[in-house]
Amino acid sequence: MVNLLINCFDETVRKNADKTAIIDGNEKVTFTKLQEISLKLSIIINSKMQNEVKQPIAVYTKKSIANVASDIGILYSGNAFLNLDVKSPANRISAILSAIKPGLIIATKESAKNLESIYPICNILIYDDIEFSAVNIDQTLKHHQLSRIIDADPMCIITTSGSTGTPKGVVLNHRSFMDFTKWAHDAGLIHDTDIIGNLSPIVFDLYCSDLCMMMRYGTSIVLLSEKHAAFPTYLLETIRDNRVSYIFWVPTIMVNIANMSLLDKISLPDLKTIWFSGEVFPTKQYNVWKKHLPQAKFVNLYGPVEATVDVTYYVVEKEIADEDPIPIGYACENTDVFLLSEENTACKTGEEGEICIRGTSLAMGYYNDPEKTAKVFVQNPLNKQYPEIIYKTGDIGVINEAGEMIFRGRKDTLIKHAGYRIELGEIEHTIINKLKLIENGCIVYNSVAKEIVLYYETMSNITPQDIRVRLSNELPQYMIPSKYIKLNAMPRNTNGKIDRLYLKELCLHGE
Amino acid sequence: MEKILEILKTLHPEYDYEKSTNYLDDGLLDSFDIIALVTELEDNFNIDIDPIEIIPNNFESMNKIKSFVENKQH
Repeated sequence: MVNLLINCFDETVRKNADKTAIIDGNEKVTFTKLQEISLKLSIIINSKMQNEVKQPIAVYTKKSIANVASDIGILYSGNAFLNLDVKSPANRISAILSAIKPGLIIATKESAKNLESIYPICNILIYDDIEFSAVNIDQTLKHHQLSRIIDADPMCIITTSGSTGTPKGVVLNHRSFMDFTKWAHDAGLIHDTDIIGNLSPIVFDLYCSDLCMMMRYGTSIVLLSEKHAAFPTYLLETIRDNRVSYIFWVPTIMVNIANMSLLDKISLPDLKTIWFSGEVFPTKQYNVWKKHLPQAKFVNLYGPVEATVDVTYYVVEKEIADEDPIPIGYACENTDVFLLSEENTACKTGEEGEICIRGTSLAMGYYNDPEKTAKVFVQNPLNKQYPEIIYKTGDIGVINEAGEMIFRGRKDTLIKHAGYRIELGEIEHTIINKLKLIENGCIVYNSVAKEIVLYYETMSNITPQDIRVRLSNELPQYMIPSKYIKLNAMPRNTNGKIDRLYLKELCLHGE
Repeated sequence: MEKILEILKTLHPEYDYEKSTNYLDDGLLDSFDIIALVTELEDNFNIDIDPIEIIPNNFESMNKIKSFVENKQH
């Protein structure tokens, strides 16, 4: 029985020896070569770690073949990878390293320079200095190391921002990735012959998803950099020229591409499967994509970082009007996603509740943080008979008559204002999608001044007065924002999502 | 040229846009900066920038941005 993805990778390499595994600009590496580098790295890692297993090891490099090989090398060594963003501010890197305390950091000569001031006490391995030709692969050591771990051991750690400012390290195990990749493959939503256009930064679970698909099914990956994210035209030309057939992106960039009408100019005949998740894809822009790529299958996924990659999916097959949301759909196989009311009872059809998850896909918890873990990874209130952990997402959903789950918004965007329960997302939806008054915006509630505030960006000359008047035809008075603040660009977190927490701070404490 | 530098400096006062010869390789401009920069250039130089022109070759250095803007003005 093969329980670890890294063992699947051996089989993948046997089947795809000379196939290209990774393309990074002009650089390419075959499966055989990628495995060779990774195995050699694992030998060095094992010696630096005194053959310890199950330890977090950080990778502090730009997205590159080196970082992919490092991640796989760490897995071969029996340890878990923790990818770091070289562009993150020093304070954040330092906070992550202090919280996780990795036993080793793999860096490049360039990135290692920053580390000296950030986290001087760590064991560092400089990738560029490794003399790969001088390292002999030791299969016996590899087998020995991997025989010491089980599928519930950590495979990687993904960091996510905590509301208190200290990043949390979400521990994801081997079997959850086995489960997720198998679901995707069985559902026919990824194929062995796919070429993946990987745009996600290496610190996110979308990157891990792409990496694992490649390791298990022999798909090729085209690495797309920050430079691609900055230049959508260049991005689309690159995926077209590399004949990318599958992408798994956050909607932000896809919305930009739709708004810039780029799909009119660049055709993508090879693109067959489009997954998106991480935030709501506004249906209007989704429809632009759908119109231009009639051959593609579009899949809306949903899931918090605390469950491996995503837990629900919806293959969009019917027409969806611009005003309607795209459902998040159904639970992925071997995962249960259900709604709990505030009284911890199961919700009926049409009743809103907190989205909760149980199953193999759940994270093991937050690394070095039992308190925060205990708050959200809790005993299933519907099960009084034996221990069973569920994760409470803090997201609100509802199941419609068709049995599809619909995402309603964050629990913390549900506010009580003037005695009314208001979902801030509903106001946003009305302004942005329904009335199309502005290109982008975010509603924040100032709980001190009791004000609903709209932060927005737009190219048009619409005034706050105009917005107010148009809204008064759609929403009750108590839902209409009282303050309107135009920004040059919405603040974004590293994942490209609008940074709500920052705006909330801004709103409470002023500029 | 000075106006362009001024715009860049408002984006990131902490970066040295005068020294760098490749803003993208040096990580001085990211996707959100580009959008802001395009808007500022359009407003300040009274030009229209087509999305198809937003490519690395037009934005990777001060000289590139300058000649791009000048070409647009003529």
